[in-house]
Amino acid sequence: MKAKIGLEIHVQIVSLRTKLFCSCSADYRDKPPNTNVCPVCLGLPGTLPVLNERAVEEAVKIALALSARVNRTSYFFRKNYFYPDLAKNFQITQYDKAGGLPLAVGGHLKLSSGKKVRISRMHLEEDPGRIFYETGIQEARYSLIDYNRHGVALVEIVTEPDMETPKEAREFLERLASLLDDIGIPVSRYEGAIRCDANISLKGGARVEVKNITGFSAVEKALAYEITRQSNLLKRGIKVERETRHWDERRKITTSLRKKEVEEEYRYFPEPDLPPLSIPESLIKKVEEGLEKPAEQAAEEYEKLYGVERTVGMRIAKEKRLRRLFERAVESSPDRAKALASLLANEVAFMIKRGVSIPERPEGLLEIAKARQDGADREIILDLLSDWVEGRQVVYRKVERKVDLDSVVGQVFAENPKAVEEALRNPKAINYLMGLAIKKAGKGVDKKELFSRIREALDRRRRGV
Amino acid sequence: MRLERLTALELVEEVKSEAIKAEEVVEYFLDRIKRLDPKLNSIITVNEAVRVGKGALAGLPIVVKDNISTKGIRTTCGSRILENYVPPYDAEVVTKLKREGAVIIGKANMDEFAMGSSGENSAFGPTRNPWDLTRVPGGSSSGSAASVAAGLAPISLGTDTGGSIRAPASFTGTVGLKPTYGAVSRYGLIAYANSLEQIGPIGRSVKDVAFLYRIIKGEDEKDSTSLPSPDFSLKDVEEFEARGVKVAVISNLAEKVDEPVKKRFSRSLDLLVEAGVEIDEVEIEVAELALASYYVIACSEASSNLARYDGVRFGVGCRTNTSWREAYREVRRLFGKEVKVRIMLGAHMLSTGYFEEYYLKAVKVRRLLREGLKRILKKYHFLLMPTMPVLPWKIGEKLDDPLYVYLSDALTVPANLAGLPALSLPAGFEEGLPVGIQLMADEFQEARLLGMGLRFEEKVGRPEVAEL
Repeated sequence: MKAKIGLEIHVQIVSLRTKLFCSCSADYRDKPPNTNVCPVCLGLPGTLPVLNERAVEEAVKIALALSARVNRTSYFFRKNYFYPDLAKNFQITQYDKAGGLPLAVGGHLKLSSGKKVRISRMHLEEDPGRIFYETGIQEARYSLIDYNRHGVALVEIVTEPDMETPKEAREFLERLASLLDDIGIPVSRYEGAIRCDANISLKGGARVEVKNITGFSAVEKALAYEITRQSNLLKRGIKVERETRHWDERRKITTSLRKKEVEEEYRYFPEPDLPPLSIPESLIKKVEEGLEKPAEQAAEEYEKLYGVERTVGMRIAKEKRLRRLFERAVESSPDRAKALASLLANEVAFMIKRGVSIPERPEGLLEIAKARQDGADREIILDLLSDWVEGRQVVYRKVERKVDLDSVVGQVFAENPKAVEEALRNPKAINYLMGLAIKKAGKGVDKKELFSRIREALDRRRRGV
Repeated sequence: MRLERLTALELVEEVKSEAIKAEEVVEYFLDRIKRLDPKLNSIITVNEAVRVGKGALAGLPIVVKDNISTKGIRTTCGSRILENYVPPYDAEVVTKLKREGAVIIGKANMDEFAMGSSGENSAFGPTRNPWDLTRVPGGSSSGSAASVAAGLAPISLGTDTGGSIRAPASFTGTVGLKPTYGAVSRYGLIAYANSLEQIGPIGRSVKDVAFLYRIIKGEDEKDSTSLPSPDFSLKDVEEFEARGVKVAVISNLAEKVDEPVKKRFSRSLDLLVEAGVEIDEVEIEVAELALASYYVIACSEASSNLARYDGVRFGVGCRTNTSWREAYREVRRLFGKEVKVRIMLGAHMLSTGYFEEYYLKAVKVRRLLREGLKRILKKYHFLLMPTMPVLPWKIGEKLDDPLYVYLSDALTVPANLAGLPALSLPAGFEEGLPVGIQLMADEFQEARLLGMGLRFEEKVGRPEVAEL
């Protein structure tokens, strides 16, 4: 049964040295409880948060790696709720309502099937502390709190409900983790560096949120459990209500935490101790450049993934604009990669050399690549390119070229009398003439028709006509 | 020598010229606190373990409001909930005072968490007005102002969220400065309403206030809302030229005051005219909404700021064997009534469905008010109003009339909402009680503000020490 699954993922920015709002170490693991703390992250009266600028840079890096749009100005908000793992009993986070804007919006990550899972928003926030129930949450008569982790920088990534199976959800997380590893935020190396909550709904039922899922296989299991549970309810005609459930790792089931009717009241409002977070264009540029692979590596990938010749790939990878265009355009139509590459490495590269200013949008280029694939004339290609450069819509219609096939054949015969002689004696030698004729007529020619014209011409010769 | 009659600057000079030892100065004031403060209740914690340092303030005793964190000295915020809380760090202003050799001799009584305009809302009992012990000294920096007015300390630090420096300065006949928002670091100031409050000095002379302000101001990397401010010298203040200065009285606020205040205010205008100042009247739209906007924003921020007092990490803990929710409830019972009222108001106004109705509207009024004030300050050097619309009332008299007390902030909150500096100056007495006037200037115009204040002080006469 197909489901609609969305994920809310919390990623610790493990590449940082310090916490998000104070200078305590970000490396809180394996330290005696409550030793990696200071007045700020303990929320002592009178302390104030100071934003870690490196955290902003790393968060922007994640956003760009997911092709998200970074908001030039975003805001910190307080999310107010009482819980012992929050030293201030509010969490400093970002918000997308009440005039707030998150760090980034949009973006996507692709699954192996080619399916895109869209990202709806991303924001920066502080990690809460950790609560230990020595005997398990149900039986514990007291709990222990460790604030060592409190204040570590998190990026929350919220996806659209684009996944349909538990397996896809798991794959998304695995791909995200490996992407983060690749860009220098090695989440796979640290336990609990990537955590998630899942939203799942089946047709005819309300959305259920599952919390407390640790580990990617647990996500798959918890979601599979939910699908079984919800579809059983639906089969029996029982309404699936909107609620929040808790994944019980030990019993491998989900249990109800709270119905959404009593939805928590977070009383969000702008954090008065922090000015708006403005991200200059220069930072985005800097991060963008840092994310780029060396040209050799990129060219190697073009070859492996799309069969683009290495020398052509290098010409593209070396020029930032060509590279960006290629990588943006090729995603949606990998089958046109070679034609696209040839177009960029030749015509477009030449335009750049001549000082023509090239648009950043890849739209239209694929259309031109198709023309190249179809063997369209150079003039047509150049025409389409100028439409693209000048921002007009690029429309390519395969034009049936009215080549006079008989005159092509006539010319080939006239230029190659020996080959004609040979073909008259040996039917196999006809292929050589065919090759010459195709060359002359151009790639788009109707080969079947051309072949029969050649045969007719040879026949006429035999008959002495 | 009656050291309490000297200004802070004079005391510093006496110590510098070795006419008197710094230790003797400190001893003298500690002795006065011990003898006289039982009448005032202006100090919550006396700090006898003082060390005299070196610097511009060497040997100068200072009283610091008890919501400013002092390492190793308990900081109660006037609340039971922090009765035993001893901060492990110094507020930035305290670090600066210590660096200059000042001596913190006491932590001043205050309305609990700075919530109050009279000094009555303290868990440690009300502070009394040294000019009439049956009356309130104004709040919330009640102890900071009362102790200075009575000469228990030459100078003090208060904090001002909606008038908390200026109200008690006005009620006790002292000088109080609320600096431009961002001019003084808030690091270590226990928050009531972050976006409104500033730390500032209270003294018995404008020059003392200027002297201390110059030391505490400055950008601080620990406070992201702090800003660099222009440098100035005491000479700049002393040489301020009052002739030709243009002052606007905000008539739609200044008119809504009691008769004795009106009388004293109009006498003050005469003195200013004598000094060569030109006075006009202006009206500011939304000025009447300022008070409502202030209470919405302040209570909203407070409801969140005060959430951390749950007894888990510091302060009074809960030892009962119950769930954490029960334990929180137990500890939070220790808040006083006014604090609970404001937390509830704030939580309500931030809730779904009310946020737009209250908070966002208040923010809008705040913006309009700021724009209005800034526009007028393009044409005039200063804005002028009485500081308080009423005379100090009797202790306990208004406990059942919270609205009366809230309304007494009407003239002080605009400066906080707009982030502008404001100075309350003693303007003489009516019915035996002090009355203050308030000057407001554009951002970072403290030097001019103090200069104009000094010219006025020369006209009206420097305040005397209240005899207890």
